[in-house]
Amino acid sequence: MPLVETRFEHGVLVISLKGELDHHAVEQIRDNIERQLAENHYRGLVISFRNIEFMDSSGLGLILGRYRTVREHGGQMALCEVGASLRKLFEMSGLLKVLPVYDSEEVAVQAIQGA
Amino acid sequence: MSNYLRLQFPSKSENESLARITVASFVANLDPTMEELTELKTAVSEAVTNAIIHGYGEQAGEVTIECALFDHTVKVVIEDKGVGIADIDEARQPMYTSRPELERSGMGMTIMETFVDSIEIESTVGEGTRVTLIKTFGMSNDVM
Ligand SMILES: Nc1ncnc2c1ncn2[C@@H]1O[C@H](COP(=O)(O)OP(=O)(O)OP(=O)(O)O)[C@@H](O)[C@H]1O
Ligand SMILES: [Mg+2]
Repeated sequence: MPLVETRFEHGVLVISLKGELDHHAVEQIRDNIERQLAENHYRGLVISFRNIEFMDSSGLGLILGRYRTVREHGGQMALCEVGASLRKLFEMSGLLKVLPVYDSEEVAVQAIQGA
Repeated sequence: MSNYLRLQFPSKSENESLARITVASFVANLDPTMEELTELKTAVSEAVTNAIIHGYGEQAGEVTIECALFDHTVKVVIEDKGVGIADIDEARQPMYTSRPELERSGMGMTIMETFVDSIEIESTVGEGTRVTLIKTFGMSNDVM
């Protein structure tokens, strides 16, 4: 079962995560995303949480780690389709102060393209 | 005490989901809301992950979970026999992590504190750590 689904849209890498984002899952997902960031010429990264059924602090670490990579590359990053329980974690960690969250993938991609 | 459960497993990350799902099943009879269940699962996941990453690290060891039900309340004790915590107050600070190189964000303890009604952390360096989580269901103030 693939945990990461990727498409590339006008210079924006759109990654849709699936399943349970815990320490165990994040170890594999991290390498997968880093590989795609290294292999593509991108100006931004959008991560969609639509199909995430569970997340703990390991997911926060995953997001902040990729934010670091994208920023060092001079790119933009955004999150989308964040459910209520994930939003609580994002708020608690201060993530919402550094990363924008959009309702849909489409809007997130547009926001990065317009930036 | 109306029911209890004892679970013991090796400190492998693939057991993290087993641990939280088992605890969630254990409290099912208390009829928790989805939100309460997610909060409990998340708190258990944090404690178990900490035992595996920080308590044992590269070392192999065992994590023990004990659950007990009292009326509408569950008590979950997560224990490791790992390295222990030297300064618990520091460890509980939001954003404090001893392992930034592993992309930890230092939010696990804060998440546990937020998602359960009470948390107790006991630890001795060189002996291990015991985290006790207590959560009562049906406490939300929602009118309906
Ligand atoms: N079971 C444990 N054994 C030893 N040290 C621990 C244990 N649990 C927590 N700690 C210490 O407490 C610190 C804070 O824990 P906390 O869960 O808040 O953050 P983290 O695990 O470092 O990051 P995150 O939970 O966001 O991934 C850890 O970095 C570690 O030093
Ligand atoms: Mg932690």
